[in-house]
Amino acid sequence: MPAQPTGETPPLDGSLPASAGAGAASRGLSLYVHVPYCRVRCGYCDFNTYTAEDLGPGASRDDYRSNLARELDLSTRVLADAGAADRAVTTIFFGGGTPTMLAAEVLAGVMDDIRDRFRLAPDVEVTTEANPDTLDPSYIATLAAAGFTRISLGMQSAVPHVLATLDRTHDPEKIPDVAKWIKEAGLELSLDLIYGTPGESIDDWRRSLQVALSNDVDHISAYSLIVEPGTKMGAMVRRGELPMPDEDDLADKYEIADAAMEAAGLHWYEVSNWSTSAETRCDHNMAYWRNADWWGFGPGAHSHIGGVRFWNAKHPRAWSDRLLAGESPAIGREVLEASTQEIERIMLAARIDSELPLDSLGTGSDRAIRGFVQQGLLDGDAVDEGRFEPTLQGRLMADYMVRILTDYVS
Amino acid sequence: MIFDSVYDTYRGVVTYVRLIDGSLHPREKLTMMSTGSTHELLEIGVSSPEPKPTKGLGVGEVGYLITGVKDVRLSKVGDTVTLNSAPATQALEGYKEPKPMVYSGLFPIDGSDYPVLRDALDKLKLNDASLAYEPETSTALGFGFRCGFLGLLHLEVLRDRLEREYDLDLISTAPSVIYDVTMEDGSEMEVTNPSEYPTGKIKEVREPMVRATILTPSDYIGAVMELCQTRRGSLQGMDYLSSDRVEIRYRLPLAEIVFDFFDQLKSKTKGYATLDYSDDGEDAADLVKVDILLHGDQVDAFSAIVHRDNSYSYGVLMAGKLRKLIPRQQFEVPIQAAIGSRIIARETIRAIRKDVLSKCYGGDISRKRKLLEKQKEGKKRMKVVGNVEVPQEAFIAALSSDDPEPKKESKK
Repeated sequence: MPAQPTGETPPLDGSLPASAGAGAASRGLSLYVHVPYCRVRCGYCDFNTYTAEDLGPGASRDDYRSNLARELDLSTRVLADAGAADRAVTTIFFGGGTPTMLAAEVLAGVMDDIRDRFRLAPDVEVTTEANPDTLDPSYIATLAAAGFTRISLGMQSAVPHVLATLDRTHDPEKIPDVAKWIKEAGLELSLDLIYGTPGESIDDWRRSLQVALSNDVDHISAYSLIVEPGTKMGAMVRRGELPMPDEDDLADKYEIADAAMEAAGLHWYEVSNWSTSAETRCDHNMAYWRNADWWGFGPGAHSHIGGVRFWNAKHPRAWSDRLLAGESPAIGREVLEASTQEIERIMLAARIDSELPLDSLGTGSDRAIRGFVQQGLLDGDAVDEGRFEPTLQGRLMADYMVRILTDYVS
Repeated sequence: MIFDSVYDTYRGVVTYVRLIDGSLHPREKLTMMSTGSTHELLEIGVSSPEPKPTKGLGVGEVGYLITGVKDVRLSKVGDTVTLNSAPATQALEGYKEPKPMVYSGLFPIDGSDYPVLRDALDKLKLNDASLAYEPETSTALGFGFRCGFLGLLHLEVLRDRLEREYDLDLISTAPSVIYDVTMEDGSEMEVTNPSEYPTGKIKEVREPMVRATILTPSDYIGAVMELCQTRRGSLQGMDYLSSDRVEIRYRLPLAEIVFDFFDQLKSKTKGYATLDYSDDGEDAADLVKVDILLHGDQVDAFSAIVHRDNSYSYGVLMAGKLRKLIPRQQFEVPIQAAIGSRIIARETIRAIRKDVLSKCYGGDISRKRKLLEKQKEGKKRMKVVGNVEVPQEAFIAALSSDDPEPKKESKK
């Protein structure tokens, strides 16, 4: 995980400025639970995760649930004080790390802890990330019984040599079985894919897509490999042992992915996400991208409540020490100004299909929009209807468009 | 007569003189004969070796004058100082103005450093009369100075002094020599800057020549001769100074040695060879001006006057370097090298296809926004040539003789 951003130091009790509570009732509330454990650290991964069983007194895996409960208590207190508590939780997401490194009963227990403190919406979406290695039918059944509705499976690739480069240890042959168990338990299935791994050929990528789409999959996230500094893979690229992914190759693979998904009945809704319908989108990620309110629990987790972003201490030990001392684990925060919030809104919404109303952009931006249509980046018919609908080329150039559009933010 | 002057932060200009006739005393009024400006002599003294005030200077004595003047341009080396009350009728002959041999444009990397650069050049000019400079504007590099130097060493010393003593970051354009151009209609002109090169019908171009003497161990004769030959040299003679040491004499165009000749000579001889050169008239040569066009627009900073035989390789080299240095744009950008309207080399920067970070989780949002702000900041520092955005670093790297690092493809 990259270093946490720099920001101001929040108060020890974690209390929020009054501005955070304004209009809270009209915004959804989402919860994110960070589980910072993995069996093996993957070479490309820059998330906040640890492979040791015991990370010091009070920070071992066995203490995780009780520490989390402390942060849940803190969050209900802080939200109530800010006047931002009275609303149902619409989505919950367990990410990591590998949440399924914990026993299914522990994850179910965390769900109980959440229900004890929050009111869940009747149609709440509850997702966990999972490594195919860690799942079996009884594990999945326990999750389903605990209220989980969705599993996001870290498939990454169907090709053994690509998985080996990524340090992924699971057997790609196992994916269809695991996918079947998930569907049989009545859960939504999402698969995570990575393209652009050094050594991955175009045919390798086609093969991964084909295997992924041959399952009864509701949703696919396909991310281009980003070589992050500070990872094992970053060091190997720096030393020249692995080639840097080529941007044109990534663009080719993106276009191949989009064509394969469309052929299989999945439609894009965010630059890197495809789903079978609006219902099977990942509501939790949509909450992030719509700048809804969410609280991130666990080491290094980020939260956003009413224009205030704050983030927890990264190391599980630092996180648990603060909670045990009765303090907020948040070590930094940022109170966003209106113009900054507007920049974030454009930055996030431009990545989503028809999420950015053209009449919400600053004066003078219509010229830029016309330019994008001419360049083939935006759908001209959609623009006539006032919608921002990037074309296939436009999705690949989203950051370019965002840089120009944010110039019109006053 | 003034033979040197330095600038002292506390005392202003300190002028060093040799008294040719008469005598000078403190509190007398002085006139600088070239400018006609009058100052009162605050202090007069000799160097022994620390400045030591005296009651005056007599005929033949060497010493210093302090008048409290702050403007260094009023105290010109070679000028005559005389008494305001009883002025000399005729100025001393002074020094022969040294003639610059090599010209190069100096541009501050940060445009706001331009006044600092101007002051710095003014101060260096005080004790370096051979330095000539005049303001120059480049569409690519902004405001700077076209400077004339006695030779390459002079250029390097001056550049280093500006960077170290005045803390300036400079770009120097490829050094150029003085060409005498005769047009078809018989008019003549001097060209010191490729951008001044005339476009009309040219009858003849003459370039300065030098007589170069190279001392090298005999093992490297072949390498040295090959180098001189490729630089359009003609062998004048060769003598064995001892069984393993050789003196090689070549007549070379100055233009060929001003750019990385010495570095090449050193690297080809494991650092053993030495080079000495002196002015040796001028010769007519078949020279052409090669322009570099970015997306059809000429970039003045990259134009060069080269021999026709080398024009093709210069064009290919420059276009290749720029292709590696300029980031991909929204559209395809051709880089062309041209002589007049004839294109001699072409490279293409393909249009960018992907400019998006694929993942964006909740915790990434602050980071992504800051990256966005950084990218926008970076855009502001780009020079726009025609429609093409060129990073400042590309100019520096393209004008240096080294092979450029491949540009970073990723936008992160």
